Amino acid sequence: MALLEFQGVCKIYNNTTKALADIAFSVDEGEFVSIIGPSGSGKSTILRCINRLVDATQGTVIFDESDISHASKKDIREARKKIGMIFQHYNLVDRLSVIENVLHGRLGHKSTISGMMGRYTESEKEKAFQILEKLGLVEQAYKRCDELSGGQKQRVGIARSIMQEPKLILCDEPIASLDPSSAKVIMDHLSNINRNMKITCILNLHQVDVALKYASRIIGLTSGRIVYDGPPNHLTKNKIYEIYQSSEGELITDVW
Amino acid sequence: MFGNRTKTAKLNGRESVFVKRKRTFTLIFVSFIALFLLSSLITDYNAIGGFLSLPKAFVWSIKNLVPNATSWPRVPLIFDNLVETALLSVAVTVCSAVCAFFFSLLGTRTMRVNPVVGRAVRIIAAFFRNIPDIVWALLLLFAFHQNILSGFFALFFATFGLLTRTFIETIDEISASCVEALHATGATNLQVVSQGIIPSSMATLISWILYMIETNVRNAVLIGILTGTGIGWLFDLFYKRGDWGAVSLVVLAVVILIIVIEMISTQIRKVIM
Repeated sequence: MALLEFQGVCKIYNNTTKALADIAFSVDEGEFVSIIGPSGSGKSTILRCINRLVDATQGTVIFDESDISHASKKDIREARKKIGMIFQHYNLVDRLSVIENVLHGRLGHKSTISGMMGRYTESEKEKAFQILEKLGLVEQAYKRCDELSGGQKQRVGIARSIMQEPKLILCDEPIASLDPSSAKVIMDHLSNINRNMKITCILNLHQVDVALKYASRIIGLTSGRIVYDGPPNHLTKNKIYEIYQSSEGELITDVW
Repeated sequence: MFGNRTKTAKLNGRESVFVKRKRTFTLIFVSFIALFLLSSLITDYNAIGGFLSLPKAFVWSIKNLVPNATSWPRVPLIFDNLVETALLSVAVTVCSAVCAFFFSLLGTRTMRVNPVVGRAVRIIAAFFRNIPDIVWALLLLFAFHQNILSGFFALFFATFGLLTRTFIETIDEISASCVEALHATGATNLQVVSQGIIPSSMATLISWILYMIETNVRNAVLIGILTGTGIGWLFDLFYKRGDWGAVSLVVLAVVILIIVIEMISTQIRKVIM
């Protein structure tokens, strides 16, 4: 049984803009999938349909053997607990400390009251510090997040999602705002998490070369349709041109 | 030759743009003058005489608006009313800020129940905001008569409308990204409010509340004249008696109060931002 399955998913925004058209694919446990495609091709919408930040117009999304696209509010929260998410702009609470942001990963697992009060157990705090240690952020633990660099903020984002003990991590353009060296650090951490903690990862990426290097599988998306789904070594140059609807010499990857 | 012709054409074009602009400005200027003359004529207002009497008014103020021996004993009374007005403004602003915060959550893009409720919240806020506090006070005089409650609710409604609107915008601007992230972790709405929205936007919200306290102190003085309460009432009383020394003390007290409140709120802003 696959961990995640899309069956004929369509998404239409405002009754007019078609973002996804008949998307069908499934992801097995332990995969490291990268979705590539031009801006506006529906990459973010696919990710957000999985944790219901966006509701699919049609079709079914099955996650961990339950139909999430038709779930009640309570069941959506249950599913979200098992799905971590990392954002391009990190989406941290900038005025809180690093450790508080990491502990936010536990909110779904706590009662409303103790989550509101920010009461965390000792074991949760210990776990948070262990994660920060792995990501090399222990010294920053009590700093406010707005004092951190972009790469550090993204590592806090990763820590928050691991804190959930998720089965799946969604990454929406995780390295789009980072310099090449911080980007590599982030990609290496994600790859480690995938291999050592057996957490499935789905990433939206703009950098085709990064996708080819790290991913175990590539999904190519063009105006809401899947035009490629397979291992990175089968992705030919011509297929890349088809995904980005351009011809030879028009892509930044052609520069190399 | 061809080049020359296009050059002249361009120059001609430029000329006509300038001529047009000049004509527009002249037209606007002339119509302002005409409007002014017309309204002075209708209201029988002598502009030159008005400006000429300014120095006289100034001299009169300096001569008369000076605290004298009989006005000094009024200081305790003035102080009591000043404190009443100041505390009322603070109380009103804090009360309506608390209400506005919870109400504005229903209007934010990130937390609203659905778009219809969000729209309704904005319309209600606009209704309260677009009626000035003075008009609220006049309306409420029918309900509560000359009473501190009419002043309280007048300021409350106007502040509530303005703060709801600004809170919605502040929360949508500052907290939208972390609200999305916290929802994605499976947090409940109440957890998102207390762990995401409050820590990320509270400093800006407090800054707005301080600004409203400053403006409400000023407005409370004026509204007090209408509702017969606080320092505004005292001003009205002394003014009608022609007790110029006491009037000047009241004005002085208000100026000092406004400066002190502004200094305090600047300090608080420095600490929280």
